[in-house]
Amino acid sequence: MSVLVKNILRFVLLILVQVFVLDKIHLHQMVTPYIYMLFILWMPFQLGRMWQMILAFALGFALDSFRHNPGFHASACVLIAYLRPFFINVLIPQEGADTNYDEPSIKSMGGFFPYLVYTGLLIIVHHGWLFMLEAWQIGNVWYFIIKTFFSAIISLLLIVITELLFNRKQQFKTNTV
Amino acid sequence: MRNIFLFIRRYSNFIFFLLLQGFCVYLIVHYNRYQNAVTTAYMTELTGKVNTQYDRVEDFFHLKNENKRLATENERLRNLLRQNFESPDTINKIVTDSIPSDTLGTHRKWLYKMAKVVANSVTSQENYVELGRGSNQQMKKNIGVVDANNAVVGIITDVSENFSVAMSLLHKDSHLSGKLLKGGEIGTLNWDGKTPNIVSLVGIPKSAKVAKGDTVITSGYSNAFPQGMKIGYVYSVVSDKTTNNYLIEIKTAADFYNLQYVYAIDNLQKEELNNLMDKVKKQNQ
Repeated sequence: MSVLVKNILRFVLLILVQVFVLDKIHLHQMVTPYIYMLFILWMPFQLGRMWQMILAFALGFALDSFRHNPGFHASACVLIAYLRPFFINVLIPQEGADTNYDEPSIKSMGGFFPYLVYTGLLIIVHHGWLFMLEAWQIGNVWYFIIKTFFSAIISLLLIVITELLFNRKQQFKTNTV
Repeated sequence: MRNIFLFIRRYSNFIFFLLLQGFCVYLIVHYNRYQNAVTTAYMTELTGKVNTQYDRVEDFFHLKNENKRLATENERLRNLLRQNFESPDTINKIVTDSIPSDTLGTHRKWLYKMAKVVANSVTSQENYVELGRGSNQQMKKNIGVVDANNAVVGIITDVSENFSVAMSLLHKDSHLSGKLLKGGEIGTLNWDGKTPNIVSLVGIPKSAKVAKGDTVITSGYSNAFPQGMKIGYVYSVVSDKTTNNYLIEIKTAADFYNLQYVYAIDNLQKEELNNLMDKVKKQNQ
């Protein structure tokens, strides 16, 4: 399965799961679990940053279209797609890891903890940005913080479970091509 | 130019990110009613503030014209004020006196004619009171003028069509006769031109009993004033060493600093009296 097909499938599946499964779940009025960002988190290392942003926009826009209020998720996704390389550069264990592996994962990030930090940070940024856009004005700060925190925790749990369920086999690419 | 291209190339990702975010924000604001309402309200507030500031600055530059406009408007309004339309007074105050009149009604002696004081001075040596009533309003020469409280002011000396001038008591050449109310001694009122509202009464003999505060009234011997108009009150009494008279200073009853309305007192029998005097003088010649 080529990278392109894999990603297309991932895109479609994640959006479908998000829209038809997770959006139906109302844990609490404050908390909606989000999993569709996995597409952005798992995008290949080698993809150009512009392409990453465009794909992220497309993903967010797709979800927004299902929810009939465009803009929110597209904006949040573009933001984390823009920030992703910085986090990867900081958290990647050794030089050249991003050339040895295809995409971010526990193995390629060099352990569970860095990968958790990477995922958690991006999720918190995504949720925070999203809720800020939904509020659209500086109002109840505590409410905003708590909402972001709890939603991020739930989403992170989901994502970690998904990660454990669908164990992606990351091959170590030798550069002796 | 090259630097601009370099800048764009270097920050292309960030610029692209900003473009995408801008597009997202546009979508949010355009398609979501709540965000749209909040944004519109906020922008309205903001532009309102900016416009207010701009308006202040603009106002500052318009101040000069605004002042000019206000000044002209003030001028226009002031010209509408009633006090600027000073028509000559035509009111006659009827004073009923005890003289019984026949059916012809010719026995009236004094007729009061109200007049507004147009100009008045106290500071010069020769003070005049200008009145807004002239010959068109039955004003005559040589009739007395009193203020609202029947206190003597002066005598009309000149009359034009709509104005008249009265020689004030405070005039070097004013020589009215005054009478002490208590004793009835008669003297002449002079003004030395120094202190307004203080005139001197000369010709009162030392035999008279004069005290401070005594009232001085008109004698009634002149044709100008009826008898008993207040002139003033004795202010100080000094016995003159060289003559047989007192030097009496009188505070005038009329306040020459503050004259608003006065009455000219027309003597309706003056002509008859004058004719009689002329006749007598002719016979004696």
